[in-house]
This record gives sequence, C-alpha cells and structure tokens, in this order.
Amino acid sequence: MKPYLSIEKLTQRFPDGAGSDLTVFENASFGVEKGEFVVILGHSGCGKSTIMNILAGLADPTSGVVVMDGKEVKGPSLDRGVVFQNYSLLPWLTTLKNVTFGVKARYPDWSKAKVEEHATKFLAMVGLEGDVIHRKPSQLSGGMRQRVSIARAFANHPKLLLLDEPFGALDALTRGTIQDELLKIWGQMEQTVFMITHDIDEAILLADRILLMTNGPQARVAESVEITIPRPRKRTEIVEHPNYYAIRNHLVQFLGKRSKELAGQLTNDGETNRPEYVRIDKTEAPDDPEDKQPALRAVNS
Amino acid sequence: MPILSLNIRAALLSVVMLVVGLLIWEAAIPGQKAVAELTEYEILTGAGSAKAGVPPPSAVIAKAWEQLSNPFYDAGPNDKGIGIQIGYSIYRVLTGYFLAALVAIPFGFLIGMSQVAYKAFNPFIQVLRPISPLAWMPLALFIIGDSEASAIFVIFICSIWPMLINTAFGVAGVREDWVNVARTHELGPIKTAFTVILPAAAPTIVTGMRISIGIAWLVIVAAEMLVGGTGIGYYVWNEWNNLDLTSVVFSILMIGVVGMLLDSAFGLLQRRVTYVE
Ligand SMILES: Nc1ncnc2c1ncn2[C@@H]1O[C@H](COP(=O)(O)OP(=O)(O)OP(=O)(O)O)[C@@H](O)[C@H]1O
Ligand SMILES: [Mg+2]
Repeated sequence: MKPYLSIEKLTQRFPDGAGSDLTVFENASFGVEKGEFVVILGHSGCGKSTIMNILAGLADPTSGVVVMDGKEVKGPSLDRGVVFQNYSLLPWLTTLKNVTFGVKARYPDWSKAKVEEHATKFLAMVGLEGDVIHRKPSQLSGGMRQRVSIARAFANHPKLLLLDEPFGALDALTRGTIQDELLKIWGQMEQTVFMITHDIDEAILLADRILLMTNGPQARVAESVEITIPRPRKRTEIVEHPNYYAIRNHLVQFLGKRSKELAGQLTNDGETNRPEYVRIDKTEAPDDPEDKQPALRAVNS
Repeated sequence: MPILSLNIRAALLSVVMLVVGLLIWEAAIPGQKAVAELTEYEILTGAGSAKAGVPPPSAVIAKAWEQLSNPFYDAGPNDKGIGIQIGYSIYRVLTGYFLAALVAIPFGFLIGMSQVAYKAFNPFIQVLRPISPLAWMPLALFIIGDSEASAIFVIFICSIWPMLINTAFGVAGVREDWVNVARTHELGPIKTAFTVILPAAAPTIVTGMRISIGIAWLVIVAAEMLVGGTGIGYYVWNEWNNLDLTSVVFSILMIGVVGMLLDSAFGLLQRRVTYVE
C-alpha cells in the first residue's frame, strides 16, 4: 500500500555555474501518511526548500515523481497550501486583502462579506486584529508578516500544508502561541503537514515523525525518527517525558556529527535511498509483552 | 522665534528668487520700456520691427492678465484666445498619447511575458526609438495627407516607446515569488495578469507613461509650428511673425505651466500605484 504522499526516487540537479551539474539530492524516497505531521531537519543548503517546491508543484525535479492521493503531482494546486520561507506577501495589498486574495481563489462563490469574515477570523487566530489588518506588509514587522502568510495558508484548508520555516522570524512567545494554534487546526481537520524547521525542540513538540537530511551536495534523507511522546503535548510537560532527551540527543548527534559523516554516501538499499527508520522508546511497557526489547533500538523498514 | 519648517523656508526662498529675478529683468531693459508700451501701435504702423525688443516682466504680466481674463475668444483664424490654442494642443497630445497607450501597454505586456518576444522585438525598438518624432512628419503628411492627423501621429509615435519599453521591463521583472503565489492559488493567466503582474509592474509602467506625456508635450509645440493652423505651438510662431514678443514670452510660460500640470497628474497616479517591498 502506497502512503498518502509518496516521494519516489526524486533527484534534483542544478547547473553549478562552472559548466557541470550540482546534485542537490539523488533518488530521495519517502512517504507521508494521511493526517501525519512530518518535520524535516537539515543544515542550511541541503535542499529542504527545493524538496518543498517540488511537493508544491512549483518546480519540476530532474527525475522522480511525487504522488499524492494516487495522483501524480503536476503543477501547483489549491489542495497544497504553501507558507513560503520569505513570506511572499503581495506588497501592494493590505494585510486583510492578502488573505482574502487566497480565500477568494479557494471559494470563488462566497460573498464579499463572507470572504472578509473568514479572513478576519484567521488573522485573529494568529493574533492580528484591529487596525493592523488594514496596513500594508511593509508597515508590519517580520514576525507579523510571517503570521499573515500563515493565516493565508490556513484559511484555505488545504489537504496538505507545506510550511517552510514558518516560525523562523517569530519571538519565543508568539512562536509558542502559533505552534499551539497549528496543532489545534491540525487536530481539528484531517490535514497532512510537511514542515521545515531549524529548531529541534519545535520539531519534537510538533512532529509525528522527523526526517533527517545529510549535508549537501548529494544530500539524502538519511533517517526517519518517530517521536514516541503521546499527544496532546505541552511544551512544559514533554521535557519531563523519558523519551524527550533520548530523542533530542539523537537529533543533536545527527545534526552535529553524522549529517557530515553521511554526506555524499548512498545507502545499500539499492538506488532508492529510503531513510532508515528509527524508534526511540525508553518508557517501560509492562502491559505490552512484545515490547521487552532494549529500550533503544533502530529498525530498518 | 520659532524655527520655520523646511517647506516654508524653501517657499520663502522661491518667492525671494522670483522677485529678485523679475526686478533684475525689469531693470535690465529700462530704455525699452516706453518702446514696449508703444510696440502694438508701432507694429500697426509698420515701424515696430526696428524697435521691438525683449519685453519687461510688467508688460508680460499685463499681457497675461489681458489674455487670461478672456482666454476663449475667437476672432478668426489668426486671433484666438490662449485657452482655445492650448485646448487644441492638449486635445492632440491626449489623442495621440492614449492611442499610443492602447497599443504600448498590452503589447509591452506580451513582450515582457515572453523572453523570446523580448529578444526578438528589442532590435526594432532600439532602432525606432531614437528617431526624432518630427522626422516622421514628412512621411506622415504624405501618407495620411491630413495635417491634423499627422500631428496626432507624431505624438503617437513619440509617446509609444517609453511606455512600451517600461511596460515590458516592468512585467519581465515581476518577482517570481509573487507569480508563485498566484500559481499556488490556481489563478488562470488572465487573472494572474490583472491581480498580480499588473499591480506589481504598475510603478514601472506609470513611470513610462509619465516620461511619455512629457515628451509628447515637448513635441507638440514643434509639430504645431510645422503644421500650423491652431495650437500653442502655432500661436508662438504666429506671435513671433507678428513680432509680439510679449505674447511669445507669455505663451512660453503657459507651455511650461501646462507641462507641469500634465506631469503632476501622472505624479499623483504614480504615488497611488507605488508600493514598498
Ligand atoms: N534555482 C537554483 N539554481 C541553482 N542552484 C540552486 C537553485 N535553487 C537552489 N539551489 C541550490 O540547491 C541547494 C539547496 O537549496 P535549498 O534552498 O533547497 O536549501 P535549504 O535546505 O532550504 O536551505 P535553508 O535551510 O538555508 O533554507 C543550495 O546549494 C542552492 O545553492
Ligand atoms: Mg530553505
């Protein structure tokens, strides 16, 4: 059975400016289940945004396919909402108009009042209310712009949300609020989320699974780490969960050391380069006789 | 004493320069003042040509008062009010200009959207653009025949290039991020053109329109001197033939004022479409 979103043998090469080709990643293959929250971690320049552009349908890979819900991804679609790394707001429109721009495209037969009400609701959800929504993006702070961009994507209820470092420019407090909002929206609707971040704690708080990328060029998705902390998660409570530091240490080790060591290597898994599945669980499971194995284990799937 | 604001200080300085300039001008031609007052009479008696000179500002102001208090009188082909003459010129400029905009903006849009078209049309544009618009006049008069239509054609051909080039340049330079926003929202090509590309390129397009209207107003004066009949350019030339230098100076000032008004209208439009990234 194919996963809901299936990335198959994706390869991306760019001309490197010196006549030959730069391989950003090669034969990357992984899947995302319906309703799953997947976060991808990796160093700057390893190709995360490039993968996301391909998933969005904005760019074509050199080779390989992306299949969503049984259909090959060809070109952008309203079913895949994107929060771009640089916000991509339209500077000549007000904050509110930037959001209604998306809502009108998604629901063309809604009345003007309904469109505005819907947009206002989602702006309020990211903490933008009152006069602010009639200002132009240039009159907003970086964090506010990012929130407008998030509201624009959320308001459209896409089946797949693609988030490229959506909280990068936010202060810790706002970041926390919007992370909670994101979890709430994700819990309410059957949304699948694919998110890029640089923040390990944020990844653990939000994700069902974290994909780890090695350094570029010729990067690959080396590991897929399951986050074995039950939901609902609270940022103050998860740090006390026995798995938290085990997982965190694994991620820090990978990003700090192994991402470099593994760079440029291909797996022995033929040419598909599927990530190694990692499950870290230190909790005792007395009522589960099958789980008597060592607490820390890596399983190849 | 409170310090005056920058704008007020600048305005005061302008007024001082104007007054001083006018006084120097007035003082520079003291001997001719009496002559200037006689000029009209002397022209009528045929003795004016030898004594005609540059008029002092007071005479120009008197002339302006006389003309502007009754700008629309019409006493035959060689004696029309300044308002009528300027009206003719503006009519020609706007007709030629809007025809040019109607061609240049959609066409520039298409060229800007396609790199192939951009490169293919560029050599033609580069050759046609530096041609003085008046150089087209003989050809226009021969082919079109009508002098009125020829003047409009000359305005058309001189205002088309800045608008065409700026539109193509503006459209080609629209940031890919913004086009991607339209793409992820599944907007069709027409909708993308109107809701994303047009507003994104509008500041560049309007800059082109502003340059064009300036050039058109420069050219109309020369064109009307050539084709004659009506218009502010013809008026200047006619008053020169009458050796009425007071009217010549007055109409020169009027050309400047109308040009400034046309430009500031587009300045307002430009301010409306400009955005900060
Ligand atoms: N259009 C392009 N042409 C050539 N090279 C490109 C292009 N787009 C991306 N690259 C290269 O591909 C690599 C991956 O870029 P990408 O933007 O995907 O990185 P990233 O993982 O998102 O980094 P960051 O975390 O800094 O956002 C980089 O080395 C970049 O130079
Ligand atoms: Mg990126």
